[in-house]
Amino acid sequence: MNPKGASKFLLSNTELIPGHTIAQHLGLVHGSTVRAKHIGRDMMAGLKNLVGGELKGYTELLNESRQEAISRMVKEAIALGANAVINVRFSTSNITAGASELLAYGTAVVLEQS
Amino acid sequence: MELLLTVFSFFLLLVVFFFIGRTVERRHFRSLQEREAKLQHIQVSAERHPSPQFSGQPFCLVTGSVVISSDYFKTFAAQLKSIVGGRIGSFETLIERGRREAILRMKEQAAQQGAQAIFNVRLETSTLNQNKQKNSIICAELLAYGTAFKAPANPPQP
Repeated sequence: MNPKGASKFLLSNTELIPGHTIAQHLGLVHGSTVRAKHIGRDMMAGLKNLVGGELKGYTELLNESRQEAISRMVKEAIALGANAVINVRFSTSNITAGASELLAYGTAVVLEQS
Repeated sequence: MELLLTVFSFFLLLVVFFFIGRTVERRHFRSLQEREAKLQHIQVSAERHPSPQFSGQPFCLVTGSVVISSDYFKTFAAQLKSIVGGRIGSFETLIERGRREAILRMKEQAAQQGAQAIFNVRLETSTLNQNKQKNSIICAELLAYGTAFKAPANPPQP
């Protein structure tokens, strides 16, 4: 049930998962990425800003970046020997006008089906 | 004469983008309503603990996000309104559209995975452009995420 790639790795943003027990806590893991948008996208967005609506270029950019942040977090968790990250949270912050940081963090655990 | 022309072209732009913006917004609201109706079967809750009926079921993290931008008229209306203060209606509808779209995309992702319920939904908003300079793009990212659960094949009888 996991999206592409991470076959057996589990992600959840709840603290507890019914039917599963946490065998081992492995601590906080996080992944982040800083992305800037490029000029072409910016110009298109500038035009779109006149008529309003969704800025697809930015949506895609941020989605890609968030996936990257998640995969970095997962990599860290796998290195610790975890099979799941629970209580995942996302956060976004502006660094300058052109770049934002996307952060994903959570608790790496060894999860067992009970 | 030149001044008059400038003022006139400004108001012309304002009127043109008022109608374009309104059409875009109405179309978006209509499409939101249609898609929301289709995905009504998926439960969404901000409950921190999933209900026990989903015990042992497969789960996954689902996210939905959208970057939504203001239009020429909305931006002007907001600037005007910010002189006297109070609620800025033009931005309220903008953010509402964005948030509903984000929740909907999250639900669509859950539906793709065959899930029936989403728990612990969190909503987040972030602005992308914070520079105060003129002509900067006014837009915000709205993010919704939660944990989607598949319903048990044979629900236990109560």
